[in-house]
This record gives sequence, structure tokens and C-alpha cells, in this order.
Amino acid sequence: MQTKKISPWILTLRSGLVGGAVAILISLVGMVAAFSERFIVSGWFTMGQVLFLAPILLFSYTAVRRIAPQPSWITLLGGALTGLVSGALLAVLAFLIHAAPGIRDMFDKASFQLLEVLTFDLGVPNGLPGLLLISIVIGCLAGGEYLLPERLRRAFITGLVIVFLIGLLRDLIMTVVNQWVDKAKSFPDWATWSAPILTFIQNFFRRQIFAASGLKPLSAIVLFALISGLNYWRSGKPKQVRKPVAGDPRARTRLILRLSGWGLVLLLLPLVLGIFFAEILDNVGLYIMMGLGLNIVVGFAGLLDLGYVAFYAIGAYTMGVLTSPELGFFNLTYWEALPFALGASFLAGVLLGLPVLKMRGDYLAIVTLGFGEIVRLLALSDWLRPWLGGTQGIQRIAQPQLGGLVLNTQVELYYLFLVGIAIVAFVAWRLKDSRLGRSWMALREDEDVARAMGINHVTTKLLAFATGAIFSGLAGTIFAAKLQSVYPHSMNFLVSINVLSLIIIGGMGSIPGVFVGALALIAAPDLLREFAEYRYLVYGAVLVAMMLTRPEGLWPEERRKLELHEVEEVIEETAEEKFAPLAGTTD
Amino acid sequence: MLRNWRQRITLTDIVVWGIGVSIGIVIVVGTITTLISEKYSAATWLDLTVKGLALGGVYALIAMGYTLVYGILRMINFAHSEVFMSGPFTAVFLANAFSRSGFLDRQPVISMVLVTLLSMAVSMTIAVLLERIAYRPLRTAPRLVPLITAIGASFFLQYTFRGLYGSGFEAYPIPKVLQGSFVIGSIRIFSTQIVVILGAIAMMVTLYAIVQWTKIGKSMRAVSEDKEVAALMGIDVDRTIALTFALGGISAGAAGILYALLFPVVNFFMGFIPGLKAFTAAVLGGIGNVAGAFLGAIVIGLIESVGPNLFFDGLGIPTPAQMKDAIAFAILVFILIFRPTGILGERLAEAKA
Repeated sequence: MQTKKISPWILTLRSGLVGGAVAILISLVGMVAAFSERFIVSGWFTMGQVLFLAPILLFSYTAVRRIAPQPSWITLLGGALTGLVSGALLAVLAFLIHAAPGIRDMFDKASFQLLEVLTFDLGVPNGLPGLLLISIVIGCLAGGEYLLPERLRRAFITGLVIVFLIGLLRDLIMTVVNQWVDKAKSFPDWATWSAPILTFIQNFFRRQIFAASGLKPLSAIVLFALISGLNYWRSGKPKQVRKPVAGDPRARTRLILRLSGWGLVLLLLPLVLGIFFAEILDNVGLYIMMGLGLNIVVGFAGLLDLGYVAFYAIGAYTMGVLTSPELGFFNLTYWEALPFALGASFLAGVLLGLPVLKMRGDYLAIVTLGFGEIVRLLALSDWLRPWLGGTQGIQRIAQPQLGGLVLNTQVELYYLFLVGIAIVAFVAWRLKDSRLGRSWMALREDEDVARAMGINHVTTKLLAFATGAIFSGLAGTIFAAKLQSVYPHSMNFLVSINVLSLIIIGGMGSIPGVFVGALALIAAPDLLREFAEYRYLVYGAVLVAMMLTRPEGLWPEERRKLELHEVEEVIEETAEEKFAPLAGTTD
Repeated sequence: MLRNWRQRITLTDIVVWGIGVSIGIVIVVGTITTLISEKYSAATWLDLTVKGLALGGVYALIAMGYTLVYGILRMINFAHSEVFMSGPFTAVFLANAFSRSGFLDRQPVISMVLVTLLSMAVSMTIAVLLERIAYRPLRTAPRLVPLITAIGASFFLQYTFRGLYGSGFEAYPIPKVLQGSFVIGSIRIFSTQIVVILGAIAMMVTLYAIVQWTKIGKSMRAVSEDKEVAALMGIDVDRTIALTFALGGISAGAAGILYALLFPVVNFFMGFIPGLKAFTAAVLGGIGNVAGAFLGAIVIGLIESVGPNLFFDGLGIPTPAQMKDAIAFAILVFILIFRPTGILGERLAEAKA
């Protein structure tokens, strides 16, 4: 474990090359061109440009940080050099697209559109030097940013990120505003006074803040100044440290108030945001439900299940077989069929659990993957066609009814999801600290020791699989009812990967983490249409990056975090022990 | 004795064995009824067998990558199926260029060698980069962490290649020389199948020789026994591991071209199913064991091509060919349940399983 002293120039050069390679990759997979129409600041720069300039900024910044401490002119020069190298690589790509159009035969996305974005619509002779210049400026910016004092830097970055997000989400914000203006036309009499206000807001947003795509330059600058200033001012205030006092009645009322506030927000959310968002929220809800289930299997019990979609499929298909008049076996209602569907998922969980009891880690992952694929292939096969509908799936599945009301619009289903998630989250939360939950965690940490302590690994593991399976089955039934149909093609491996990614990104074993992960992974691609195609590419990259830098996830569970950093601590400790005597002699 | 047995057997064992035995009965009954019905002639079975052998050869080369990496790092390189895909998916563009200029038919040997070399080089690069960027920093991490990284890397690579080369299917040009078939007795054999079988055997022998008799192979085996002691003996562990990945990548790249000869279409998703089957083969043969991977792959290839008709036709299941993937996965599940060490894997105790 020796570290060689590397010259700062070589370091910057290397960072520049890596940054350039990443930028080229992003360009060639087509993300740059796909986002080239979406302006962040109207007329100035687009999301596409952000995508290929961001790696340059990022790698210049890391390069500058790695060569520190250096005099400030070297820092700036280092940043500029990194930017230049990255920019030069991109320029080579741009030139290749220009000079050798044959490259398109191989690289599908190396189009002239990409060339235009890379050269800022200036044409090749002006654009290539322009690209180099901008890369150098970006590199210098990264260096300059590093030189800023901590507080200022944070304010600067916050402002940049928030302005960027507002610009990116311009269409969505306008959708919500426009929708309320439309709604105002049919307001009852007592609320008519609000219509002009809403129209004014709409006009203000449309004319003053936003352009046809993205922010207006002036409003972007004003917003940036406002947000950065606010952040700078707030970070300057000394933080009030409130000690939690046990049994303080005020703390309790505050907690209740805060919880009911969140509850109210959740209840009103689909009504305020409209149908488009309700649809997205339904999707998120579906994945939260499955995530909470898989979180028990993977997060609590440490059993990596890659065939989780199987239980989802079993829930959905049981619902379909029992309720669809098309197959005509049973014709139950949703509520009558629900217990059977959950029972079937439970049984499937136990059935999968039994054979894999002895397996650990990677073998378990592959076997469960195989199980998931077998379930899908069976649903797809001609053999089971009379019962499961083969490739065409099952149509006309019953939808849940409450009294005379059929829950079938997005908003109504949202409330169904909300209730379902509330139940599931409550169960998961209570299970976590129960005797069973602690047994799961003990098995996760060390199976042999846990068994020696008298934990029955058979029932404990089976219950983990079965509980996870029931949650997933429940999600499956609601999914089937939502679409009124199930197809074997919607039960593929990617669903399992979606769920796994979201609990890993949220933080394995952490219940709030599931919500964070689902919002980040399921809502984001739905909000940005262009992003959908690159969804799994980004998931993969995020999973790898997460495991390399922050394996405990965005909202980590305390115990898990300790476990994951245990090794590092041991290494550090032993290193300290080793070097402690040496440190003494140098004095 | 009897009492001892009764104490040792649990309810779980009974259920698991029950499932296993009932599957066994289904297979035996299916086989017998199929054979009695004489729906297929002996020639058909032989055709299927040759097809199975060719498939098995391809799986064997992919399985090498799994088994070498598992042997040395004790981890399943989940992204190996993408290493396999990357080679032929890149080389198809060279092959297409050759095909358009007519070089492919004028010089089939040289062009095929060039295409294969390109495929090997790409797969090797991807494998080595994967190890360097994703796996090396995680060598001391808990087991779940590198596995999740591998899954992430697999998806990243799949969709990166989809982005780079497009999501469509690319037809793979096959030289005219190899397009024919010939008949021996009553069996019709395609030339590509012969090439695939010969190529796979040559490649396997080379790999086996490298692992068994060269200095690199020796250091690989030493590192797989004990990394720290190997390091003390002067072996560069990082370099050896990188070489192992490179070797697995080369083998997968070659397998990719052979696979493209059998199924002349490539796309970004082509790696997933063959990868899983090759993994099954590696486990069946005893993971970490080079000869075992070869044996397991042949068995899997044969079962996949002969199995569906043999097992299911007699039971009256329509279009049994749909079940070939299900059979492969079922085999995987059952080996892992009943003999996780595989056919030749006595070296690995259950502690590692």
C-alpha cells in the first residue's frame, strides 16, 4: 500500500483524459443530442450542452482537489489544463463526425445534430476553437470554485443547481400552472376572485420568468443571485442547537403537527398537481410498495433476491385468473380475490425460500433470478395458455370497488396506493425492531453466529421471503387492477432491477430510503421524457458509483452504515497501530 | 443408524427432495413416452445432438470467464454476459465492411481471423476496464457490494452499447464457404456447426494449457489459493487478477463470434441468456474448475437442444421449444440445491457455496 508521488501536471492530464472520455461516451450514446432541444436558459445553453460540459467541470474540480495544496495560479492553470485536454478530445470527436461521416454506420448517434451541439451551432471552423475555449473556461471555473471560501462555494453551487433544476423542469411547472388556470373557469361562485390571480401568475411565469423552453437569461441571473444570496445569508447564521428533552410536551405536539402536515400534503398532492402527476405518483407508489417488500428480504435479512418480479407476477396473475370474466373461472370481485392473491404470493415465497435456505450471497442471487425467469417463461408459454393467456395475457381484470365507487382513475388509485403503502410501511417499520426483525439482522450480519445464538434460521429466512412476497403480491394486484390487464412482458427482469436499484440507492434496510430511492429513480425518468431511453444506463452507472463511494445509500440505516464501514475502520486502526511507533521516532 | 437419519432429516429436506424427485419422475415419464411414440427419427435426435454440441462449445468459452474469475476472486462476475456481448456487437461492423467490399468471400479465413481478433480485443478491454474501475476498489468490501456493482455494471454496459450502436438487430454476415451443409449418413450438419465445434475445442485447449502450464497460469492458480501468500512469493496480485479478467474476456470475445455463426444476429441484449446458461454450465461443472466448465457446458448445450423435445413432447405440452430456457434455469436451481459443488467441484467445500 505505498503511494507514489505523482506530478500534479500528470494528474491533471490524466483527469482531463478521463473527463474527455466520459464526455465523449455521453455524446456517443446519444444523450447530448436527445437533450439538445431542451433549453435551461433560453438562447444560452441547453441540457445537451450541460451534459457534455458537466463531466469536464467535474473532472477539472477533482483534478484541482487532488493536486491541492498549490498556489492559486497553479490551481487555476491546472483546472484550465484539464479542461483543455477534455475539450481537445471532444473536438477530435467533432472533427471526426465532420470529416468522416462513415462513422455513423457504426455509431448510431454520431449525427450532424450532435456535431451542431458540440460546436455550438457555429459551424466547424469557428466551433472547434469555441469548444476548446469554453472547455478551458469551464476548467478555470472549476479551479476558481475550489479557491472560493467554503461558505461562498456552497452558496454558489446551491444557486447553480436550483436554477438548473427550475430551468430543466420548466414544462412541468407550466403544466401545473396552466391546469389551474383552466380549472379556475369552472370554480364555484365564492372562489371566482382567484381566477384573475391565477391568470396573472400564469402570465408572469410565461412572459417574465420562462421562455418557450427554459428560463429567460435575465430571470436566471436574478434567480441565481436570489438563491445564492439567501443560502449565503442563512449559512452565516449560527445554528440553534435544540436539545431534545425527553417527555417534553412541546416536542410531542410539534411532531404531531409535522406529521399531520405531511399527511395533508400527501392527501392533496394529486389534486393540486393534476392527472399527469397522479399517474407518475401511482408508478412511484407501486415501486415504493415493492421496494418496502424487497427491503425486508435484501435490506433486513441480507438475502439478495433478483427474482422479486416473480411474486409481483404471481399476485397480478392470481388476481387476473380469479376475477377476469374473459377466462371465466371464478369472476370474483377485487376484494374477494385479494386474500387468495396474497396467499398465493405467500406460498410462492415459502416455496422459493425452502430450496435456497442453504445458499448464500451470489448463488442465491442467481437462483432467484432463474426462478423469476421461470415464472415469466411459464406465463408466456403455450402450455399454460388456457389458464394464463399466453403472450396475450389476461384482460378485463376487476377493479376495486368501494360502495358504488369503482376506483379506476389515477387520482382514486393514488389513494388506494397511499392506503396500501401506509399499511405496508407500518408493518415493515414495526417488524424492523421486533424480535423477528432483529433475528433477520443477526442472520444478515453473521449466519453462523446467529444460529449458534439460537435463532431458527429456517423460519426466519422463510418469513423474510414470505413477507417480501406478500408485499410484492399486493403491489401486483393493484397493478393488475390499474391496467385491468396483465401481460407476461411486463413481468421481466428489469422490474426486479428497478426495485433493487431503488432500495440500494435509498439505503439498504432503511424504510425512508425506499421512498427517497423511488422518487429519485421512478419519478425522475417519468418527468423527463428524453431521459426514459437512458434510464437503465443511468441506473447502472448510479449503482456502480454508489457502491464505490457511498454503499450505505442516500438515507442510510444506522446499523448498516456501521457494518459497511467496519472494514475500513479496522484497516485504519491497524494502520495507526503500525505507524504509531514510527510517528514517535520522528519527533 | 436409522435413528441418526431420522434426526438429521428435517421437514425442509423432505419438501426439497419431494420437489426434486417429482421433477425427476416427470422427466423420466416424458422421455419414455416420447421415445415410445417414435415421433422423431434417430436422425433428428442426432441433428439436435450436433446442434447441442456446438452450443455447448460456445457456452464453455463463456463459462471460462465465470469460472476463472470466481476461482480467483470468489465473486460472480455478473457483467460477464456483457463482456461477451461487446465483442461480436462491435466486430459486426468490421464484418459488414468486409462483406460489402467482397473481402469476406474472397479471403474468408483472413477476414474471419481479423473479425475474431477485433471481437477478442474489445471484450478483453471491457473486461479489464471493468475490473480496474468497478471491482478493484471493492476487493475488501462485504460480499453483497461487489455483486451489486456487477449488476449495475452489467446494465450500464448493456445500455451503453445500445446507445452506441443502436437498439436494432444487426445481421451478421457469414462467408459463402460456411453457408452450406453436408450430409453424413442420414445426418445433415451445417458447416458453421463444424467450425464452431472445432474453434471452441481449439480455444479450450489453449486456455487449459495457459492455466495449467504457463507461468501466468501458475500465478493465477497461486492467487486463487491464497492472495496474501502469493503476494509474499513475489506475485503481482493486481496484475494477475487483471490478466485473469483479460483471459476471460478473450475467451468470451471468441465465444461471441462463434455464437454469431450459429445465430447470425447480434444486438445489445444478446448476452443475457447465454451468459446465464454459461454460468449454469460453470456451476454444473464445479465453479472454479476449468475442465468442469467445459464438461458442464457440453451437458447444458445438449440438454438445451435435445431436452425440450425429449422431456416434454411425450407429455403433450405444445411447442416444447419455448421451454428450453426454463429447463436451463431449472437445472441451475436443482444443481445448486442438490450438488452445489458441481460435477467436478470437490475442491470447493460448502463454506464457499
